[in-house]
Amino acid sequence: MSVGIVGYGAYIPRRRIRLGEIAAVWGADAATYERGLELHEKSVPAADEDTITMSVTASRRALARARIDPSSIGAVYVGSESHPYAVKPSGTVVAEALGTGPAVHCADLEFACKAGSEGMFLAAALVKSGEVQHALAVGADTSQGAPGDALEYSAAAGAAAFIFGSTNLVATMEAQVSYMTDTPDFWRREYMRYPRHAGRFTGEPAYFKHTLGATRMLLEKTGLQPKDFAFAVFHQPNGKFPMRAGKVAGFRREQLEAGWLSPWLGNTYSGASPIGLTAILDLARAGDRILMVSYGSGAGSDGFVWAVTDRIDEVRAAAPATRDQLDNGKLYVSYGTYAKMRGKIRMGE
Amino acid sequence: MRDVAIVGIGLSRWGEVWDASLRTLWTEAALAALDDAGLDRVDSITVGSMTPGLFVGQEHLGALLADELGMAGVPATRVESACASGGVALKTGFAEVAAGLADIVLVTGVEKMTDVSGDECTAALAAAADAELEVFYGATFPGLYAMMARAHMARWGTTREQLAMVAVKNHRHGALNPHAQYRQEITVKDVIESAMVAEPLTILDCSPITDGAAAVVLAELGVARTIAKGRPIVRIAGVGQATDRIALQSRADLTTLPATTLAAQRAFKMAGKTPNDIHLAEVHDCFTIAEILVIEALGLCQPGQGGCQASSGRTALGGAIPVNPSGGLKSKGHPVGATGVAQAVEITTQLRGVAGKRQVAGARIGLTQNMGGTGASTVVHILEVAS
Amino acid sequence: MSPLNPARVAREFPSRYRLEAARCEGCGVVSFPPRVVCPACRGRKFATASLEPEGKVLTWTVIHVGPSSHKHEVPYALAVVELADGVRITCQIADLDPAQVAPGLPVRLEFRRIQEDGEAGVIAYGHKAVPA
Repeated sequence: MSVGIVGYGAYIPRRRIRLGEIAAVWGADAATYERGLELHEKSVPAADEDTITMSVTASRRALARARIDPSSIGAVYVGSESHPYAVKPSGTVVAEALGTGPAVHCADLEFACKAGSEGMFLAAALVKSGEVQHALAVGADTSQGAPGDALEYSAAAGAAAFIFGSTNLVATMEAQVSYMTDTPDFWRREYMRYPRHAGRFTGEPAYFKHTLGATRMLLEKTGLQPKDFAFAVFHQPNGKFPMRAGKVAGFRREQLEAGWLSPWLGNTYSGASPIGLTAILDLARAGDRILMVSYGSGAGSDGFVWAVTDRIDEVRAAAPATRDQLDNGKLYVSYGTYAKMRGKIRMGE
Repeated sequence: MRDVAIVGIGLSRWGEVWDASLRTLWTEAALAALDDAGLDRVDSITVGSMTPGLFVGQEHLGALLADELGMAGVPATRVESACASGGVALKTGFAEVAAGLADIVLVTGVEKMTDVSGDECTAALAAAADAELEVFYGATFPGLYAMMARAHMARWGTTREQLAMVAVKNHRHGALNPHAQYRQEITVKDVIESAMVAEPLTILDCSPITDGAAAVVLAELGVARTIAKGRPIVRIAGVGQATDRIALQSRADLTTLPATTLAAQRAFKMAGKTPNDIHLAEVHDCFTIAEILVIEALGLCQPGQGGCQASSGRTALGGAIPVNPSGGLKSKGHPVGATGVAQAVEITTQLRGVAGKRQVAGARIGLTQNMGGTGASTVVHILEVAS
Repeated sequence: MSPLNPARVAREFPSRYRLEAARCEGCGVVSFPPRVVCPACRGRKFATASLEPEGKVLTWTVIHVGPSSHKHEVPYALAVVELADGVRITCQIADLDPAQVAPGLPVRLEFRRIQEDGEAGVIAYGHKAVPA
């Protein structure tokens, strides 16, 4: 039985803050950060947006492209490291908003930035097993970086949603893998507000080891080589890492560009490679192969190979394109407004 | 139906009355009205109050306040219709006398608004709007009236200056009223440049927060004549009450007040009068736009013409149809549940010819219009000097 | 007494989450949210209807002094928006400079946080209008 994506959707908030705005407040040199991270601006969620609201909108868009009855969805997984509640699922709100009805297996997932792809892995497997007809997986985050910390320059917000099924696919899943070790490169302890990271340890022993590990697993499993792919998308915590990972893995820049959004989006954490995938699906053609490898600190990578079908041309226009959301209708905010919206200002009791 | 007259009127201290509780204010007004009537017993009491529960944690006002007067045992009824609570208390008392259930009824209204924070006060008042459809989404009272103002301006070309003139006129009247909360005159510029609350309404377009109580004593007309003391007897010639859908989104037209029009038609019919017979009116100017909408709805001017009534002087003292000679809610103050009764106090004062500097010459027939929320409940009374 | 009591909030999910309305089987008038008696014909039988999220602004204001539940969002645009089937709602306009709101502005309803019961209480979701 084939399994794959029946509908996909992305949501990127409208507001942006430029790195220069952030750097000016903390006395840092904007140009150094922009060059070093290859980031220019990032998305900012408004005070009335959160992981749940973005997940609902992205899921509605996936539903518009899937053209299925929401009651045929048998599982809903929302992966994030910024769920609005520590206890009470985001997934149930999404399911209720879509009108799935009660016959749904629902879970919230966490695995740093790969909580979204994790849901995709589970959704695919559940459909493959025949347990459900359709399964929805969402990766969404409104994650935060501590004021003045390097992460504050990149921590952004966005969501991507995928409905998995076995018929009417826009992209067939040819392979799914997962590569995991215990690696404490980035974490947040319970009740702490901001995550912490281990500096340069987050690079080679963490991000690169796992993304390249998963990429190797995928290529071995499928017998494919980088040249067999039209597109590849890697987790994108900044502008630099995904390009380097892709190059090391043997991909050309042209294969990496369509899904490479981080320089103007920032790091959407659990949304990162999933949103990148939606940008690729917005312009991929029947027969194109896509390699997608996520990364979540702690650490692990999920990897997928997708093969685009011609159904995508029929349904692509049913919801807003990702690039369009990224490039148009932007509202820029100052650091003060950003801090207020993100709850970084100490308020009266 | 028997004829009903007003034989006594009274007001408590009015404003930010820090040293008086709700009970004290109410008792002041009640005693003033009873003393004015020369009576010390009544058959029934009505109390209009919007939300003593939210303001001071106290319901069950009928029983509580009857006891404050030493009148435990007398039937007492608290009525609520948001900001029209006072007007409905008056109508309720009128009905008891008209039906023969009582010969003498003490009608009162009271609100104690300063025992809570500004935010709590706003939240309490917002209970007059639709909690699930309007307030949940961030609507405030000024916001709802602001949307009506915008709709009226778009439809009829009413201007920002015309809105401001209502406040200017009412402050000019209030300056002549020793009992008004705000007695300073203001200019159009003052209004427009004051702090923005909900566009286009600024703080000076909005009536204030006020503590106060008002009372009138009603008596069957025959009884009234025996205790008149030679003063003109004021008769309630007509009463009309109506409702409309609360949420603005449910209304067919955001530029009219159908409940006011209906209530007025019912009152005019009972009184055998038309809008042209009215010499003066006390209407519910909770916001400047409200007065404009109300006078159109009452038929005191043509639809769409409400904006130029204050600016042309037609509704000012000395004009063809003075509206809010007391200063209105804007300048006189708006202790929510008391307002409807205070309007009757003012008209009675005017019809008795003792309104001093703000006296409307030749006043014989007056109208009060009291409404709740954004106009979803309205009660209109027509008062006339009895022959 | 909290306006965000969980039972009270949950009761509104069908209308607030899914825009479920009620179409009167007698006269066809759509009521949103659903109600027991039709305001037009006083009928008592309804069919569930789902509203489309597109609409336009009828009238609006910009609130500068907000209630405590929305205090830190000021200034925000509040509008009466008309959807298809003549259904009207009161909602905020989000993602647009309030100065740019005008009657006739085409909007779309989007799922947003409406209120929350402090830092530890329930979050109430619903829809706001964004420029279409």
